[in-house]
Amino acid sequence: MTEPFIRMTQVSKHYAGVTALDNVDFELQEDEIYCLVGENGSGKSTLIKIISGTVDADPGSMMEIQGERIHSHKAIDAIDRGIQVIYQDLSLFPNLTVAENIAMGEFVSEHRRLINWKELTKIAKRAMARINVDLDLDAQVSEISIADQQLVAICRALTRDVKLIIMDEPTASLTRREIESLLSVVKDMKSKGIATLFVSHKLNEVFQIADRISVLRDGKKVGVFPSHEIDEEKLTHLMTGKKVEYQNFKLSSNGNEPILEAQMLSRKSEYENINFQLYPGEILGITGLLGSGRTELALSLFGITHPDHGEIIFEGKPVKIKSIQDAMRLGIAYVPEDRLVQGLVNEQPVGDNLIITIIDSLVNRFKLLDKTKRKKNIKRWIDELDIKVPSVGSPVRTLSGGNQQRIVLAKWISTNPKILILDGPTIGIDVAAKFAIHEIIRELARQGIAIILISEEVPEVYNNCNRVLVMRKGCIIKEFDTSQVSMDHIQEFVNGTY
Amino acid sequence: MKNLLYRHETYVFLAIIIFVTVVSIINPAFFTLENFFDLLKSASLMGTFAIGMLFVLISGGIDISFTAIATVSGYTIAVLLLRIGDSLNIILVFLIAALIGIALGMINALIIHNFKIPSIITTIATQNIFYGILTVITTGTWLYGFPKWFGDFATIRVFTFYTSEGVPYGLSIVTVIWIALILISWFILKYTVLGRGIYAMGGNTLSAQRTGFNLFGLTLFVYSWMGLMAGIGSVIQALLVQTVAPNSLVGKEMDVIAAVVLGGASMAGGSGSVLGMILGVTMISILGNGMTIMRVPAIWYNVVIGLVIIVSVGASAYRRKIFTRRKVITETTSAGGQRAA
Repeated sequence: MTEPFIRMTQVSKHYAGVTALDNVDFELQEDEIYCLVGENGSGKSTLIKIISGTVDADPGSMMEIQGERIHSHKAIDAIDRGIQVIYQDLSLFPNLTVAENIAMGEFVSEHRRLINWKELTKIAKRAMARINVDLDLDAQVSEISIADQQLVAICRALTRDVKLIIMDEPTASLTRREIESLLSVVKDMKSKGIATLFVSHKLNEVFQIADRISVLRDGKKVGVFPSHEIDEEKLTHLMTGKKVEYQNFKLSSNGNEPILEAQMLSRKSEYENINFQLYPGEILGITGLLGSGRTELALSLFGITHPDHGEIIFEGKPVKIKSIQDAMRLGIAYVPEDRLVQGLVNEQPVGDNLIITIIDSLVNRFKLLDKTKRKKNIKRWIDELDIKVPSVGSPVRTLSGGNQQRIVLAKWISTNPKILILDGPTIGIDVAAKFAIHEIIRELARQGIAIILISEEVPEVYNNCNRVLVMRKGCIIKEFDTSQVSMDHIQEFVNGTY
Repeated sequence: MKNLLYRHETYVFLAIIIFVTVVSIINPAFFTLENFFDLLKSASLMGTFAIGMLFVLISGGIDISFTAIATVSGYTIAVLLLRIGDSLNIILVFLIAALIGIALGMINALIIHNFKIPSIITTIATQNIFYGILTVITTGTWLYGFPKWFGDFATIRVFTFYTSEGVPYGLSIVTVIWIALILISWFILKYTVLGRGIYAMGGNTLSAQRTGFNLFGLTLFVYSWMGLMAGIGSVIQALLVQTVAPNSLVGKEMDVIAAVVLGGASMAGGSGSVLGMILGVTMISILGNGMTIMRVPAIWYNVVIGLVIIVSVGASAYRRKIFTRRKVITETTSAGGQRAA
């Protein structure tokens, strides 16, 4: 091994008495793909912030970059030393063109006053050429796909003389094919001598791409492993500190009569000729790539959009679900894909978010909100779903992703639904929280609720559902009984490689 | 050019063409060169304000106080014209008005940036303060009887034509000033890092900061620019009517905001163009002028403006919605970014 690009020894960080990092050693080679894994609060984001210069390490921590001892490392120094961060939100300008997004930083950092559009285009083209991507430079960023936006963010980082690119959860909102494409870009960069430091929750990607994996837990380094020497089960164990066994969901009992049936449902340019039955007590999985129609279908079942053709049969009778109110009256609940946008009122307290769906039933005889009933209900759900909150008065945005998702769940379970539609219930939350949510979902099914679980992660539907529907281009292309087939087989149908 | 259908400007332009055609059929006096120059002259005032508003809206803010700023600077120059009018000249008048406008605009920027008060609240407050103080001092007196040179300047024309009755008309100096301001604005927005920074800030403030833009500098520029336009606008107003009344502008903010929004600027920030702004101002101006020529009672003016805004902005929003929906479907088949072979 040659001299590492960056070497950190005994790095610690304390925030007001809380230990975020505790004597961590870290080393990264010049053309290495390195993965940092750990649960929320394990210290991985703190470590990234120290490397990118946005946070100072405690005194006594030692950092060397390309063999040189570093004393002051501010954000601007980090950029000068060739370190670029691609934030999870990508930090792009949605209203500007691809070319501008890539090259604008160049003009700003050189304190230029005027824009030379030819030069700007040239800078953007040069950056794209470095990783062999070809995007429409004049397209507005808000109009290109998330995957392409990610490439724009990478190209922007490449306009500088970059040695290390740090990617924070780069794959959280990408489809499988898009991830493949991103990973090949990362390999390209490696061949050009650019190191990549990934932070990711999705373990299967970690194996595909990383040379080495480092696991953090509670601010301490658990270990560094060459990626071929470790498997997913062991990694999960190291991250959480406990052994989590994944048992496939077994259908305990189901009624003979379907509670919900879709017959030839179609909605123009969203989904087509959808047929399926849903039985009480089962978990029906719907999977497919982004834009396959899975979410669009769910929106129609919940009355947000309306099918153009076809029929929905509820408990044996045809029904029209014209509005969300109609759906709720039938006992259908929906937990949206983007919980932050659709599911929660972020600035409002936890308590009020929890009871918002049943607020009508919490009134006294003067039709005013009954304080005791309100309190009792909030407490019940916090206990039942084990939601960790500083207080019921804290705004929802202050909670972690896993706890936010639990609040959305609680909000809908409290309406006593007969059908619960969950769209991507574990997007962006860490492994342990994921298991906990899955456990809650299974328990609900055991109580007789019919559940539709929509997810693009095949392992998630495979492990938690008794039946899985695969959607592609708006159609259901195949139905599987999960006890009869392998996970890979379903994956092939999703990808369209079968 | 296939994007033309997705551009908001196209729809406003079409609406203008339709409206002009209808009015011209009803009353041919509308579609004359004379009326055209007249329109341009009277549009210059709203147009100048609209330039400032365009910058503010792109940056993601709004300014309600500009009419009050214009009133303060207009009143100040009016008082100066009456007291020491003979030792002033037009350049000095513009300069004084501009400085007052910039100073008051800076006050807005300082409050918005330092106290993080939303721009709409800040400028509602400063509008009341600026206008309130002026009313207290002036007790609402109208000022007129300016020096002759001030009146003469207003009648300067770049080209002169004569009607069959021998009445002169042509491109007014006021319009020339507006056009010059338009060109400067277009250059700033398109070819300076400052201008792109205003778009960047309006699109994503946090990213703008991370990219290294000086947010305070941008805010200061945008509201000073609005103040500058308010100052220049106040001189244009004085030139056009040769009277300064404290209550003639305040209350007209919404017309200007409507014109700029009609031209495609978003209240959410990040979008808007000089071309759109010109079209928006044109639309609102010919609506007023056209309705007068068609003898529609003036009381209908507001109703029509409201309808035009809803139809025009609604039509382009609807186009966009269909466009996005189509995009989702096509993305399914081409997911994965376009990697070159």
